Amino acid sequence: MSGAIDAVAAPPRPARRPLFWVSLSIVAAWALVALLAPILMPHDPTDFVSDDPFAAPDRIAWLGTDYLGRDLLARLIGGAQITLAMAFLATLLASLLGGTLGLLAAIAGGWLDAVLSRIVDIVLSLPKIIVGLVVVAAVGPSMAALIAIAGVVYAAGVFRIARALGADIAVLDFILAARARGEGARWLVFGEILPNIVMPLAADFAIRMSFAILFMSSLSFIGLGVQPPRADWGGLVRENLSALSAGSWAPIFPALAIASLAIALNLLVDAVGDRRQAVRARDE
Amino acid sequence: MNDTPVLAVEALVVAPQAGGAPVVDGISLTLAKGEVLALIGESGSGKTTLALSALGRVRPGLAVRGGRVRLGATDVLCAGETVLRDLRGRRATYVAQSAAAAFNPSLRLDFQVTEPSRVHRLRPLAEALAMAHSLYRRLDLPDSRRIGKRFPHEVSGGQLQRFMVAMGLIEGPELVVCDEPTSALDVTTQVEVLKAFKAVIRDGNTAALFVSHDLAVVAQIADRIAVLSRGRVVEQGTTGEILSSPQQPYTQELVAACRRWDRSRRPRPARAGSGPARLEVAGIIAGYGPRNRVTGRPSVLAVNGVTLSVAAREVVAVIGESGSGKSTLAQVIAGLRPPTAGEIRLAGRRLAPDVARRSLEERRRVQMVFQMADTALNPRHTIGRILGRALDFFGRERRSAELLEMVRLPASYARRRPGELSGGEKQRVNLARALAAEPEVLICDEIISALDTVVAAAIVRLVEDLRDRLGLAIVFISHDLATVATLADQLVVMRRGEVVERGSVDQILANPGHPYTRLLLASVPELRIGWLEDAAERAKVATAEPVELPA
Amino acid sequence: MHPVLRFAIGRLGVALMILVAVSLLIFIGCEVLPGDVAQVSLGQFATPESIRALHQQFGLDRPAGLRYLDWLLGILRGDWGMSITTRVPVSRLLAERLSNTARLAGITTLVAVPLALMLGLLMALRAGGRFDRVASIVVLALSATPEFLIGTLAVLIFSVKLRWLPAVAHVSNGAGLLQFARALLLPIGTLAIVVTAQIARMTRATIVNQLDSPFIEMATLKGVARRRIVLVHALVNVVGPVANVVALNIAYLVSGVVVVETIFAFPGVARLMVDAVQARDLPVVQACAMVFCFAYVLLILAADLLSVVFNPRLRRVARVRGAGA
Repeated sequence: MSGAIDAVAAPPRPARRPLFWVSLSIVAAWALVALLAPILMPHDPTDFVSDDPFAAPDRIAWLGTDYLGRDLLARLIGGAQITLAMAFLATLLASLLGGTLGLLAAIAGGWLDAVLSRIVDIVLSLPKIIVGLVVVAAVGPSMAALIAIAGVVYAAGVFRIARALGADIAVLDFILAARARGEGARWLVFGEILPNIVMPLAADFAIRMSFAILFMSSLSFIGLGVQPPRADWGGLVRENLSALSAGSWAPIFPALAIASLAIALNLLVDAVGDRRQAVRARDE
Repeated sequence: MNDTPVLAVEALVVAPQAGGAPVVDGISLTLAKGEVLALIGESGSGKTTLALSALGRVRPGLAVRGGRVRLGATDVLCAGETVLRDLRGRRATYVAQSAAAAFNPSLRLDFQVTEPSRVHRLRPLAEALAMAHSLYRRLDLPDSRRIGKRFPHEVSGGQLQRFMVAMGLIEGPELVVCDEPTSALDVTTQVEVLKAFKAVIRDGNTAALFVSHDLAVVAQIADRIAVLSRGRVVEQGTTGEILSSPQQPYTQELVAACRRWDRSRRPRPARAGSGPARLEVAGIIAGYGPRNRVTGRPSVLAVNGVTLSVAAREVVAVIGESGSGKSTLAQVIAGLRPPTAGEIRLAGRRLAPDVARRSLEERRRVQMVFQMADTALNPRHTIGRILGRALDFFGRERRSAELLEMVRLPASYARRRPGELSGGEKQRVNLARALAAEPEVLICDEIISALDTVVAAAIVRLVEDLRDRLGLAIVFISHDLATVATLADQLVVMRRGEVVERGSVDQILANPGHPYTRLLLASVPELRIGWLEDAAERAKVATAEPVELPA
Repeated sequence: MHPVLRFAIGRLGVALMILVAVSLLIFIGCEVLPGDVAQVSLGQFATPESIRALHQQFGLDRPAGLRYLDWLLGILRGDWGMSITTRVPVSRLLAERLSNTARLAGITTLVAVPLALMLGLLMALRAGGRFDRVASIVVLALSATPEFLIGTLAVLIFSVKLRWLPAVAHVSNGAGLLQFARALLLPIGTLAIVVTAQIARMTRATIVNQLDSPFIEMATLKGVARRRIVLVHALVNVVGPVANVVALNIAYLVSGVVVVETIFAFPGVARLMVDAVQARDLPVVQACAMVFCFAYVLLILAADLLSVVFNPRLRRVARVRGAGA
């Protein structure tokens, strides 16, 4: 062998395999929990199972109780449903909106591309959480508003990726061949380009969903997201924050849940090995 | 000659780490001091892998499975990093194919050329610089004292390739490994670089391992030739032996494919050039960038007033080097790049400049075949789907199998994806897709330039055959005068967007009128030893009327 | 004109335009959408007369376009309006909070950037090795970890269990340096962990991408040692992209600060804004949003400029042209 530089390019695939499976199972497990939440919940998340707030874990409440004496585990499972559903819907909205417009801009070029790109530049030069705060200040906190905000601000990021991926493909000869035949935009986007960028777009979906989870949880955490009595994971951290001074782990569990899902999504994409996705900032 | 060879490869086997057929399959070679050995073969024949092993380099994903490579007394495959580092750049050096990629874009040329002296601490910087400048001079680089202060993107492709040669030779290595060092260059530039390279290694008595797919180039520079195919040496001998009496069928085919100019081989049918024009192109002006408000011309003019016409069963070749505007012309005809002036007529009827404005029938009758077989087919679609879409689109019956047969591919290929096909096979599918429309005019844009010699020859034969069977009118765009000479009826020579000469192929080859055509003719390597030495002289004669050479 | 300068002026113009667009969006978001300020401010005591009176007091009865211009000109003059809930000029509220947040973000940057660059470089130097593999996973995980997990864990461990540091970052005026440092240690640590992880990861990726280039193989085949390859051949090409990465991640601090100031009840601009949103004190929300957007746009601008300034092609075009003239 000729030194370690050579080793750089060789992907350490086999070593990462276990990580792939671990992260996939975490994501799958949380998805299952969210889907089966009504069956899995040991108690109604709004029932008071104990007179003590922040009771230690026992046989009734496996993770203890929250600040009102409700079962933390039940609330965590209920929170999974809300968190995942909101993040999934927001990411879906972002991908459909940003992906379609991005690919359209890539093949159309000209003024359409220019106008869309400028709008996206503006959206991307706004700090997302501040946009969230301003909109919440205006319309009040609601789940629909959260999903819409996240969907729109993340659509800008998807637009950039989709446009870049699409533009790489759009200059290739098979697109020229289709154009020379006189194919329309619909076939160019869905028939020719999309099949070639499904994988990077899927990877982008996963990463962006992790960002959406962090974004929405942050808004809930500062009290401007999902409102009581419902709570997503971020809201659960907030309502139980006062337990910290008593040395209780109540706010740590939901925070761990968020971290586990966000990290697993990122590790999953990393293990699948899409380089382009690797260099991405959280707020991008 | 010295007793110990400079390089000795013994039964080398290199295979993919993941398993599979070896890339290099038991090759043995020796190279004596000052000798030039050419490795010739198609892409995938293992020639680059073999060449890099001489420097102890095995690319990621590959592993040595057996054999030894010795550079002098050093076993480079067993050597540690320190030993390798010490010999690379000093005893053995590398000249890569694409100088544009192999130079660090952010460092000055002088810095990079003298880096071997620097990292091996062989001499003071001033001395290394002086040596570099003297090499620049010997390699015919202009302004040898100052040009090295530039960054790589500030010199031309041909100059950059010379800098790479200088970088390889600065410490007077025992062995220089050249991987297709002139393949990316235009023919006229290639001659210059080859000549300079040859002179410098002769002077330094440097041994060279010269990798190429182009037998005619190799013939100019090599003492011996080893013909590689599928990881094995098929035949090895002196250049004279290989050229004059190739023993193996593969070598014979290779030599035959390289026999250029030989128009006597194909009797000219009388029909050529007869009949009314199928496609007429008149006064085309096209280019890139914003248009000038007064003249209506684009800021970068790629095609300037080109006129040509093609009849049925006729091949008109458009020939020119990179930047001549020939590919832009193809896109204009196909309606992909509407021209700012000029018109295109199909069987006497005017075609809209923009493909979107042409009728389905008009689009059907003019078909284009693209240069890069790799990118012209959607990798996600099966061959059947690619052909099927074209057939459906033009309302033809589904006859993918018939189309595949027409381009000599088995019908079972319909289930395959482009990634499972070789370059030549992909180009056949490309042709089949164009034929699906049952066109009258076929535009072939550099369809053989990315293919190996033998494969390219087969595609040319296929195009001839299709022309005869289907009565196609063909515009054949190429930079390769030699190939075109056997195929075309008419020749249009382009340079910087303008037609410099046109006429029948026979007439132009026999008696080129324009100095640039003469230079082009003189630059195409011939398959004989000593051609290179004559070439410069002939180029001078050819261009007695001064022609500004592309830098 | 020097092309870099021309580019800079161009980008500056774009940034200004974005800021104007942002101010318009913020204004529309706060004023045109439903949710009347006066109604909210007066709460249950709202009568039609009192609402009208308040409208007049804040000039809310004038056309939106005029109010927007007033507001924009006011910002330029340093008059940010009056807080509805506290009836204090917004500029006074901002002034004290701004320095706190700037200190928090500034110190975090000073800590995180050098640390992250060193870590990223180290990982790239050993790319593929065990250290790199472990560090890559850790760094990727940390960069996807919410600040409130790190923050709450830190409070639980260092404040509640170990009692080393205060859980709440009170910074009283005239506090000593030591007290200040103790108060800020946890918030800065929390922010720095995420930012360091992100910068380190992206720095490594940028360098390692370079190591795949043909010119790196060429350098290897010239006998250049690995360390020199990374430190000379790769680094000259990544300075621009990495500078870009750094600026982008400092911009990311805007988001981090919002969460961290909430966890540690830190008296910064973000906390002010969150409280204002809850109280629907729209002049304060508008002002804070403008401050954050201004900082963000400025940092993104810096990121763009840095990547151009360090691009040898653009720099050189200028030099060669200068020499030729």
